[in-house]
Amino acid sequence: MAETYYSKEHEWITVDGETGTVGITGFAQEQLGDIVFVEVIKENEDVAKDEEVAVVESVKAASDIFSPVSGLIIGANALLEDAPEMINNDPLESGWIFKMTLHNLEELDNLMNLASYKQFLDSIK
Amino acid sequence: MTESKLNLSPINQLHLRSGARMVEFAGYSMPLQYNLGVKAEHIHTRTKAGLFDVSHMGQVRLEGSSVKRELEALVPGDIQSLNAGRMRYTVFLNANGGIIDDLIVTDAGDHILIVVNAACRQKDLQFMKDNLQCDVEELENKALLALQGPMSEMILETIAPGVADLKFMSSGEFSVCGEYCFITRSGYTGEDGFEISMPANMAMEIAETILSHESAELIGLGARDSLRLEAGLCLYGQDLNETITPIEADLGWVIGKRRRQDGGFPGLENITRQLRDGAPTRRVGIRPNGRAPAREGTEIFDLEEKKIGSISSGGFGPTVGAPIAMGYVQNHSIAIGAQVSVLVRGNLLPATIVDLPFITPNYKRA
Repeated sequence: MAETYYSKEHEWITVDGETGTVGITGFAQEQLGDIVFVEVIKENEDVAKDEEVAVVESVKAASDIFSPVSGLIIGANALLEDAPEMINNDPLESGWIFKMTLHNLEELDNLMNLASYKQFLDSIK
Repeated sequence: MTESKLNLSPINQLHLRSGARMVEFAGYSMPLQYNLGVKAEHIHTRTKAGLFDVSHMGQVRLEGSSVKRELEALVPGDIQSLNAGRMRYTVFLNANGGIIDDLIVTDAGDHILIVVNAACRQKDLQFMKDNLQCDVEELENKALLALQGPMSEMILETIAPGVADLKFMSSGEFSVCGEYCFITRSGYTGEDGFEISMPANMAMEIAETILSHESAELIGLGARDSLRLEAGLCLYGQDLNETITPIEADLGWVIGKRRRQDGGFPGLENITRQLRDGAPTRRVGIRPNGRAPAREGTEIFDLEEKKIGSISSGGFGPTVGAPIAMGYVQNHSIAIGAQVSVLVRGNLLPATIVDLPFITPNYKRA
């Protein structure tokens, strides 16, 4: 069964087998504001944990999206090309950003579950 | 922490109550955006009316028998021909013709009012005190609010009867909530609108009275920036600085006809030469052909991949619905419609040189 993990960079990764789908949390999209452009810059590349994988641009600024774990970037959400605002409207489902094949499932132990992430959010607000 | 050192606007409490995300700007804590978000705030201003707190800007009063003539020694604009109530956009120049700041000069009858950029306030005050014989007084305990957008006139007329008769770039004193305020028909959005200078202790009541109208919303600095960029208006520090002349900035129109003939402003030699021979660079509009915004500092290349300039302001235009930018390119390469490339994250992306502005301004000229 697929499980979802959260990073302190406000990304989520839903892992099914060795395949992960990555996006940003509701808190993150709210902080970024209206998103007008998304680009996955490391497609078909191996990335380390915390390596920059995508760029999300709001009206005002560009922000980097980092990989929460190491792996091979295998795809980007093509629908975001024409509708980047999906990240604002539905950050946890249709607004996913990229898919990856995880190199090491044990790295997930360093991420948070939903309850811990909520606590983390409370601690920084 | 550092926030306690920041200056607060007279309507700071209103910002906090209204869900503002506050940021430091030129020593002030100012609202970047409210709950609507930058895009919706931008669209709201273009379609209805937006209320901007610009109390961080410097308001300066100049008074003296020869103030207009003295001021002309610092700016290239025709100030002496300003009639009472009229206002003019101009620039302070250095000896090379570089722009020290851009400002609005208003003939308020028995004195001159100028509004300068927040980040340049101290520099400008010193510059004026060093170079003007007349009295230079920074107006303290004032607030400045801007109401911008097609419904501004309708809203403000109910609060300050008579403002509907003001034309673009003119001003007057009006009674607002029982207090005299100095109102100008001007702004920084490309829309019709007003700027209202008032005693700081009246700002809360006046802002709330304006906002009680269902078509008025508070708008933050984020949308202020995207609105002015669509309107092709310069931001000092990005699009203008002390190494850029008005000719290079495509602001040749600020040099009055009489001033071109008679001179008497700083940088005359360089500016006259540029008027005659052309300037080495020029400010233009740039439209990335794709969807990726090209931000400030992005390099611009011709199709032979030779660098021809860089972007001074860039982002996304919510009304245009696409990325937009302005920047400086070498003068010989600037044909409007020319295809160029912009270097974004290591990739050369196609873009087009275009005329400014990106939207048709909606000023009330007649």
